[in-house]
Amino acid sequence: MMKNNETHTHVHEPIFQVVKRDDLIWYKSWAVRLIAIVIALIICAFVIVLLTGYDPIKVYSSMISGTFGTSRKVWNTLQRLAMLLCISLAVTPAFKMKFWNIGAEGQSLIGGLASAALMIYLGNKLPNILLIPIMAAASIFAGMIWGLIPAIFKAKFNTNETLFTLMMNYVATQLVSFCIVFWENPKNSNNVGIINQSTMSGWFPSIFGQKYLLNIIIVALLTIAMYVYLKYSKHGYEISVVGESQNTARYIGINVKKVILRTMALSGALCGVAGLLLVSGTNHTINTSTVGGMGFTAIMVSWLAKFNPFIMVLASFLIVFLERGAGEIATAFQLNESVSDILTGIILFFIIGSEFFVRYKIHFRANIKEGVK
Amino acid sequence: MEKTAAIELKNISKSFGSVVANKDVCLTVYKGEILSVLGENGSGKTTLMNMISGIYFPDEGQIFVNGEEVVIASPKDAFKYKIGMIHQHFKLVDIFTAAENIILGLEDEKKYDIKSAAKKVKEIGEKYGFAIDPMKKVYEMSVSEKQTVEIIRVLYRGADILILDEPTAVLTPQETKKLFNILRRMRDDGKAIIIITHKLHEVLSLSDRVSVLRKGECIGTVNTAETNENQLTEMMVGKKISLNIKRSEPKNSVDRLKVEHINCINREGVPLLNDISFTARSGEILGIAGIAGSGQRELLESIAGLQHLTSGRIVYENPKTGETENLRDKTPLEIRELGVRLSFVPEDRLGMGLVGNMDIVDNMMLRSYRKGKSIFLERKAPKDLAEEIIKQLEVVTPNANTPVRRLSGGNVQKVLVGREIAASPSVLMAAYPVRGLDINSSYTIYNLLNQQKENGVAVIYVGEDLDVLLELCDRIMVLSGGKISGIVDARKATKEQIGLLMTKSREVEHDEE
Amino acid sequence: MFATIINKAIVQGIPLLFGSTGEILTEKSGNLNLGIPGIMYMGGSAGIIGAYIYEQSVEVPHPALCIIIPLLAAIIGSALLALIYSFLTISLRANQNVTGLALTTFGVGFGDFFGGSLTKIFGEGGNISVKTTADYFKTTLPFADDLGAIGTIFFSYGFLVYAAIIIALICAWFLKRTRAGLHLRAVGENPATADAAGINVTKYKYLATVIGGAIAGLGGFYFIMDYTGGSWTNGGFGDRGWLAIALVIFALWKPNIGIIGSIIFGGLYIAYAYIPGLGRAALAIFNMLPYVVTIIVLILTSARNKKENQPPEALGLPYFREER
Repeated sequence: MMKNNETHTHVHEPIFQVVKRDDLIWYKSWAVRLIAIVIALIICAFVIVLLTGYDPIKVYSSMISGTFGTSRKVWNTLQRLAMLLCISLAVTPAFKMKFWNIGAEGQSLIGGLASAALMIYLGNKLPNILLIPIMAAASIFAGMIWGLIPAIFKAKFNTNETLFTLMMNYVATQLVSFCIVFWENPKNSNNVGIINQSTMSGWFPSIFGQKYLLNIIIVALLTIAMYVYLKYSKHGYEISVVGESQNTARYIGINVKKVILRTMALSGALCGVAGLLLVSGTNHTINTSTVGGMGFTAIMVSWLAKFNPFIMVLASFLIVFLERGAGEIATAFQLNESVSDILTGIILFFIIGSEFFVRYKIHFRANIKEGVK
Repeated sequence: MEKTAAIELKNISKSFGSVVANKDVCLTVYKGEILSVLGENGSGKTTLMNMISGIYFPDEGQIFVNGEEVVIASPKDAFKYKIGMIHQHFKLVDIFTAAENIILGLEDEKKYDIKSAAKKVKEIGEKYGFAIDPMKKVYEMSVSEKQTVEIIRVLYRGADILILDEPTAVLTPQETKKLFNILRRMRDDGKAIIIITHKLHEVLSLSDRVSVLRKGECIGTVNTAETNENQLTEMMVGKKISLNIKRSEPKNSVDRLKVEHINCINREGVPLLNDISFTARSGEILGIAGIAGSGQRELLESIAGLQHLTSGRIVYENPKTGETENLRDKTPLEIRELGVRLSFVPEDRLGMGLVGNMDIVDNMMLRSYRKGKSIFLERKAPKDLAEEIIKQLEVVTPNANTPVRRLSGGNVQKVLVGREIAASPSVLMAAYPVRGLDINSSYTIYNLLNQQKENGVAVIYVGEDLDVLLELCDRIMVLSGGKISGIVDARKATKEQIGLLMTKSREVEHDEE
Repeated sequence: MFATIINKAIVQGIPLLFGSTGEILTEKSGNLNLGIPGIMYMGGSAGIIGAYIYEQSVEVPHPALCIIIPLLAAIIGSALLALIYSFLTISLRANQNVTGLALTTFGVGFGDFFGGSLTKIFGEGGNISVKTTADYFKTTLPFADDLGAIGTIFFSYGFLVYAAIIIALICAWFLKRTRAGLHLRAVGENPATADAAGINVTKYKYLATVIGGAIAGLGGFYFIMDYTGGSWTNGGFGDRGWLAIALVIFALWKPNIGIIGSIIFGGLYIAYAYIPGLGRAALAIFNMLPYVVTIIVLILTSARNKKENQPPEALGLPYFREER
């Protein structure tokens, strides 16, 4: 026995060991994430002081006033939140299935392109009551096609969907550049300008005098619908099973390829809706940055929220708050608006890192000292 | 002639939690000798060898190499003492060549030179009679070529003690013969070779001595020349132990499932099932015995619609309508839509039968969620079912909304078996349903299966414990190498008889004529 | 004319070549780093910050320091970002896609912020420009002009162009002909096997990702110092970071093919200017081509399923020994 103890000291064992932990109680895991966000905000404050020399409290309070200061600002914030949330909802079913659709940017843009095309070609020829549903159908269809193409090749040849959907983004971007050449107004401005500015043909109507309210209502309904779809529908159940274990899916007779295609069609279609809301409900124009990177941000939102649509509301809010708040400091302190990306980046790093502490615990070897002795 | 011990184990013990894998094992291998380590599944052979090759560290005991006590804490240590293990599952990088795989991980001072490595590989090959192309990519290789690469990798590192874990499991009889010739040549070259196996004829034709393990303990070591199949089988399976599993006589047995001459091959074209024909009857438990990997999984998956067959028929006789259906190459969904009430408890519980991250209720739904026209799930019935199963089978869980991966093995199995039985099957297939379960849970499962039998279900039970098979089943079909080596009456058969059938391989005898 | 086209194609292709070489090295370790666009931005902005600070702090900038300081700043900046990615994905086991995208957000934000406001922070205002430093980077071989077409095609570049090609060749050689390269490829193909063979998987992943990040950062650095001549425009780098990732696929994860690929991609970027009668619409189509071609390559390789041309088998997958 003595012998045995001696031999153990020769063994090179790591100083600490990472162990997967049982599920943390929900409030504990959210506490970990909250702590991460707080630490991140403190670091952000340091960064701000470093850059501007201003009192961070003042900066944060001006961020808050930038987000909520006036009712117009509140509406803008809500609108922005709705857009980001909409795309986040769109990518969620695919992610839940472990299909890495990072093509939401392109799927949304192509949806917006379809809307814009119809606004230009059918605007003022059809009444809005007809035109807007046609635009909606076209946007949804376009987004769906853009999402289905990579899915078809994934199902058929197992083509890497991450890389494929990524490439499709830029095909969409260039397609928009291409169309702008024909639609630009005025000529040679390389800018489509506000479409149907005088007639507002194809524009979403204002509700209660709020031009963004319809967008917000649509996204709110989509949020609830997506929650119900994922949690209570048979399709949602199949998505979960395929995402968890394709083996189990086959065992119970789920046609995995069919589920992949169906889910990507849905994901793309919802991106198409986002495109519609951006073009017809918000900007009334189209350019290559209409989606403005939200397709990528949405991926992080969906993932941070653990694919739960209601938590996505909070996650989107956090991002939008940083974005708008930082926009405000940028104006107030005459800085560059990109400061928001820096802050968002820092906060994301912390939240991403905090997941580790939710999922794992670290055991330090208590007997190390004895071993040395 | 004086023989020197290449490696000697003294009183080696190893436990995993409460499970004792090895207890006080003593084993000696001499230079220039082939030692077979024989034992059933779960007898602790692989654990023992993993301790020699540095993957596990023994709890107690000593290891001597060339007469000196050593500590083997990592695979690197094992190499230092010139011990090399060839695992059952190859650890190779598919897109690398043989030579690249062989030198992978070597950090010697010499300059990286794949050409001279290839030359050395070829030399080793020629010395022992391997046919190997060092520049061939692994993904283009047959299983036996991959094994060759593994063996040469060990020799390349200068191993004098070679451990082979069931090397013939994946080989054709011709390849096996070739491998044995090579092993003999290595023995004559002075190397010590340990081969883990459960095929008696291989033990007898190849090794100099045999050590038999049973339930983690070394039962004894005999000289091959002085033993025979019967003695080895008896050592391996031990005396019959009475388990007092109640067994009723089959009543009103009718044919329910007829499997006719089915064949299936893997991607490399190696047959996994070879001309299997049998009938499962209602009100009867048909046991399937065999060494692990003899085709049990493929057989059950073929019936469940998860395995593509190259030929044959699987005919189901519907007890309600009296109609017959051929299930071959139908998907699980198509099978169910035909009204075939087939339940299947797969071997891989959390990877196939259940979804670990879902709660018990959602796992109940796996079978039933399609019911009804609504696009929404109906959770009331599954929830009731979950609660009923929790109550009746005494599943230990906080509640029905606990993810199943957090349950213990026995409780996971109760959930799975409970669900499959709740589908009121007419055929129930269960693969190793008591593996890893404690005594009480095991008896719960036996009782459930017996109840099903009494209800007129045709039960197919794949098991590994021969005592259980003999007491639980009505008939036992023995598989060996993807073939049926015999179907016996469980009430009359003996353990030795089944043990012999399990280890018998007609092909090799044929080949050696 | 032809020589000019080739010259322009190469100049366009070099940022992509740096980016794809770095990303290939990274992906060979099994890490799909979608933060490469951010890292390339960082390389550019860190470089220009280094140059600006140095130019501001001395009266007469020393030529050697003018090159070394910005170069080091670019390498350190981009390596640091890659280190963040490595720490999050390798040590903290975070999702690679999400981490990469967050890194791109951060890197692009960092670049645009400092590129746009550095002069303001230093109290000067106006656009940042480090022409003095940039001129050193743009210095071509003295005899280039005397050699006509040959000179234009082969010798009329700043040293970073040659560095890009040499680094790509070294990486190709490293991956194919060295022991460490073999080990790295094993890590990206099958980390469990590599681990069992005694290879330190974590070390290889960290090193490949950080060095790969540094190389990619040089792409952004080249763009700023040589291509634009030392001035920063927000968003000026455009989608070159994603094109670099496309080039990885196009090059089938081989840095030497990446050299040719970068010239082809660069050529597509500028070809419209040399084809008469094309408008801006055609430009958009030409700009789309690299992505379309990449998609076709991706489909063809997956359909043909030739093992050597596939992405590294464990690409994007985390590896933890105990969770096998």
